[in-house]
Amino acid sequence: MIESFLNVGIMVQAWPIILAGLGNTILLSLMVVPLGLGGGIMLALLSTVKHPWVRYPLMAWVDFFRAFPPLVLLIFLYAGLPFAGLELGGFACVGIAFFLNTGSYYGEVLRAGIDSVPAGQIEAARSTGLSRLQALVWVVLPQAVRNVLPDLLSNTLEVIKLTSLASVVALPELLFQARQAQSLTYNPTPIVAAAVVYFLLLWPLVRLLSTLENRAMASR
Amino acid sequence: MSNWDRFVETFFNARVMARYWPDIVEGLWLTIGLAALIVVTGLIAGLVLALVRALGVRVLNWAIIFVVDVFRALPPLVIIVLIYFGLPSIDIAPSGFVSTWISLGLVLMAFSEEIFWAGITAVPRGQWEAARSTGLGFGETLAYVVLPQALRITIPPLTNRTIAITKGTALGSVVAVTEILGQASSAVSNSYNPSPLTLGAAAYLLLFLPVVVFGRWVESKFAWRR
Repeated sequence: MIESFLNVGIMVQAWPIILAGLGNTILLSLMVVPLGLGGGIMLALLSTVKHPWVRYPLMAWVDFFRAFPPLVLLIFLYAGLPFAGLELGGFACVGIAFFLNTGSYYGEVLRAGIDSVPAGQIEAARSTGLSRLQALVWVVLPQAVRNVLPDLLSNTLEVIKLTSLASVVALPELLFQARQAQSLTYNPTPIVAAAVVYFLLLWPLVRLLSTLENRAMASR
Repeated sequence: MSNWDRFVETFFNARVMARYWPDIVEGLWLTIGLAALIVVTGLIAGLVLALVRALGVRVLNWAIIFVVDVFRALPPLVIIVLIYFGLPSIDIAPSGFVSTWISLGLVLMAFSEEIFWAGITAVPRGQWEAARSTGLGFGETLAYVVLPQALRITIPPLTNRTIAITKGTALGSVVAVTEILGQASSAVSNSYNPSPLTLGAAAYLLLFLPVVVFGRWVESKFAWRR
């Protein structure tokens, strides 16, 4: 069993491959988290417009991309669009899919945050001469973010975990590299190593979230 | 042929769709079955763990917290790949279906344990004490006094989490499960036309859009009055 899952020789051999994968996973996360967050902020700001021509299409957009499994979206972009002569490559497909999918999730979280800020805040800000957008960005949004911080962090954890999907479109992130190493060595040790690396990378965030969530639920 | 015709011919090809329609429907049923298994086993396991944690045995609680943390931190696809490609080397070879079921079941177990536990701790201590002082045992207090109150506040987060994890059934396509995405992908390579993917996407929307709307409704229905 140790021979299969914790083979030291293979671990040493696979280590550089795994390490390169870890680097790419971190880079990928640094790209897709701001991308999703940016999309989410846009959606959340739009959701403050109560006009029915904005509200319902926006709701449909958000629900559409929340109902769609991200892998299906990714495969559609990666394997479907080339038939229409649009070959985007794995990296761009991952970017677009994350923007659409995680943007919708971030949007929902931030919308709840904006709803939780009392209307008096925006009225007071407007009365000091700030425009509507200025009031939203400088007064409402910071308070909204603070109110939903646990949910934002929890979503960010999910987004980082989701970068493992990029292995399906051959981006050399942690999981992809581990599988490469596994097929080179005929031994699952590299996958175990990748799992351990993921765990060590994300455990602090999980611990923090667990504490925040327990506190939030207890204060109700 | 105009551009529009070519677009329709490519993504909404009626002939290809008619040919692969039964496959997608088959995948749809498999997805539903897999999702149901994951939801039932994951939620039961999560509740059992939370109840064990309520007993307050320290060593047991550390073990539970560690297991929960592991399955919250690991990407589901990594767990699936580990089980599917890893276990055969010790002569246990679960199918792709079983690997996906076990993996997502464990993930749902971890998340639901956290939510159930947070719900249980959110019930004020006085409720426990009052119930015990009326002569109810530990189990009775838990079952008749604490859980009914705890479950109510866990419903919105639990619903959303369950939906998110159930969507992970699409990951099964990576380990050759012939669920919707798996069926659609192989149909695309057989027909050299992406229309089956369009069908598959429609099948996912058919399945999950009502669920997402239901989740939204649950969230507003059970919202805590502030």
